[in-house]
Amino acid sequence: MKTYLGIDVGSVSTDLVLIDENNNVLSKVYIRTSGQPIKAVQKGLKLLAESVDLDCIEVAGVGTTGSARYLSAVIVGADVIKNEITAHAVAASALVPDVKTIIEIGGQDSKLIILRNGIVVDFAMNTICAAGTGSFLDQQAARLNIPIEEFGSYALRSKNPVRIAGRCSVFAETDMIHKQQMGHKIEDLIAGLCNALVRNYLNNVGKGKEILPPVVFQGGVAANIGIKKAFEEELGMEIIVPEHHAIMGAIGAAIIAKNECRTGKTNFKGFSVSDLSFSVSSFECKDCPNLCEVINIVMENVLLCRWGGRCGKWENMEHEMQKVQKL
Amino acid sequence: MKVSFPHMGISYIGFKHLLEELGYEVIVPPNPTNKTLTYGVKYAPEFACMPFKILLGSYIEVLEKGAEILVSSGGIGPCRAGLYGLVHEKILKDLGYDFVMIILDPPFHNIRDFTRRVLALKQKGIRWNRFLYEVKNAWLKLKLLDKLEQTANEIRARELKKGQTTEVFSEALKMIDEARSRKEILMVQKEAIDILKSVPQDYTKQPLKVGIIGEIYVVLEPYVNFDIERFLGEMGVYVNRSIYLTDYVRYTVWDKKGEAHIKKAAEPYLKQMIRGHGIQSVGETVLYALNGYDGVIQLAPFTCIPEIVAKSIIGKVSKDLDIPVLTINIDEQTGQAGVQTRLEAFIDLLKQRKYLGEQEGKRKIV
Repeated sequence: MKTYLGIDVGSVSTDLVLIDENNNVLSKVYIRTSGQPIKAVQKGLKLLAESVDLDCIEVAGVGTTGSARYLSAVIVGADVIKNEITAHAVAASALVPDVKTIIEIGGQDSKLIILRNGIVVDFAMNTICAAGTGSFLDQQAARLNIPIEEFGSYALRSKNPVRIAGRCSVFAETDMIHKQQMGHKIEDLIAGLCNALVRNYLNNVGKGKEILPPVVFQGGVAANIGIKKAFEEELGMEIIVPEHHAIMGAIGAAIIAKNECRTGKTNFKGFSVSDLSFSVSSFECKDCPNLCEVINIVMENVLLCRWGGRCGKWENMEHEMQKVQKL
Repeated sequence: MKVSFPHMGISYIGFKHLLEELGYEVIVPPNPTNKTLTYGVKYAPEFACMPFKILLGSYIEVLEKGAEILVSSGGIGPCRAGLYGLVHEKILKDLGYDFVMIILDPPFHNIRDFTRRVLALKQKGIRWNRFLYEVKNAWLKLKLLDKLEQTANEIRARELKKGQTTEVFSEALKMIDEARSRKEILMVQKEAIDILKSVPQDYTKQPLKVGIIGEIYVVLEPYVNFDIERFLGEMGVYVNRSIYLTDYVRYTVWDKKGEAHIKKAAEPYLKQMIRGHGIQSVGETVLYALNGYDGVIQLAPFTCIPEIVAKSIIGKVSKDLDIPVLTINIDEQTGQAGVQTRLEAFIDLLKQRKYLGEQEGKRKIV
């Protein structure tokens, strides 16, 4: 069976998914990046390979997305590299064909994508502050000693949400601690935080954008029913959270790979990549005052590629190296 | 006397020519780098805009190399850039540098003051007719540089080998830099454009067309705007810049009617002159939409009031005339990865729109 692999390596989570020709999810992996994108991709590939019968499937295309999309593309041999915005839009419109608004909240960034007639017409990303993203919720859950999975159900139990300043994550935390020391219940604090984050999102990311239903809410934070409810109340419309909400980026990348690889063959290096040794090293180029930090990516003692330079001369050497390798 | 001036894209070739021919030893400001920015950020007030910081950093770099005179442009407000020269001078003198600052404001604002400053630049022994001749030559070079950048953008979007246009472009710059007399400049004028045009291109390609608007410094200086023209060009996008240095000087100094069409285009949305490039940004967006461009990118230094005003108005233009606009705010905190992701997504958006538009067009014909 022909399948397509989508990989989304974000700041917090690394997601891999295998889909078939009809965009059905055959297998998925959702793990933490833990600051080591290469290891995460390798581990993800291994888990994915274990979950399917490798004799029955053939990977016919690979797409990568997320902030480490270029890095993961080099590791696995991707056919297409796409930015997160396009990948999320593609996945959501494959699932809900008439979707008009996508709210995506991930580990470090949040996006709003506006679609009309199936195409993206506008988008916005959070600019300066990561308030309201997954990392902050994670951190607060840890501080309150509540498993992040239960965060949302706590919020739903609240009858009188506390009003919390949500503009900046540092101030939000200060305000939360203040309210907690005043004696507010933990449910009310959490519900208040959910409301504050939603308000902040709509004021910053959603500023001046026309949010029309159907609205799809995806990304890791979509698992939080407290946030979903806060969005529904604030917007006064139903919010759809897709089944695979946490891996929509990876699904999008896989669909894009499918469309790209209809005729050609794939660059995929195979699941065995997870057993190879990769290492990275960096150096500071001192040829001009830019002092670029150039990264070398080495696979099994062979320089795979380089990036990070501003002028492009180190990247160009990559071609030289590949030439040498071929000889 | 060793003299220097601010770095702004490739315009240094013109200014270098002028000052050298006027008998100065010129210290060409180095391309802005992270070092420049570090100096600038260290000594500038935090809320000053990116152009202020880069200029300050680059003044420090040239002063360290021994510059004794700094020549800069002024302005007559309300954009605070008009006062940057004075503030730079004060900061640098406080840091203990010894130099003379010559700030050239638009001449017709105060003609006596302007003449006095020009006289300070004209060394004894240089005759007036020589002076004017060299000013004209430098102007010719500046105009040629602008033309060269325009041509490069047209060709880069269609080049067959990625990066070749940029390579040839730097060769052409060298040729222009070396031309000295009027005759040589006129000769190189054709040659430089010709070698650019000799880059192999895919003539059948219909690239996406994107207009770039915004504040002049961040539009002109590739270091500050992440080399956006090249980045988009090498993605196969034709980039049209709304501002070129010679046009800007012409419009502000003697040809005030030259940009009447831009102001007229802006009129339904903004009648008031808000200085900076606010009104131009609005007007140019309208013009790009009317001229069939696929999208517009606005580059604005963080905290730039004219661009903030323009940005809020452009939202309406974008809706009325159905043209997507992406605004990028630039300061020393702007991360390259974020800009790249947004640009990639924006280009995807434009491609989809164009494809859909073409499909609809075909359906109508059928």
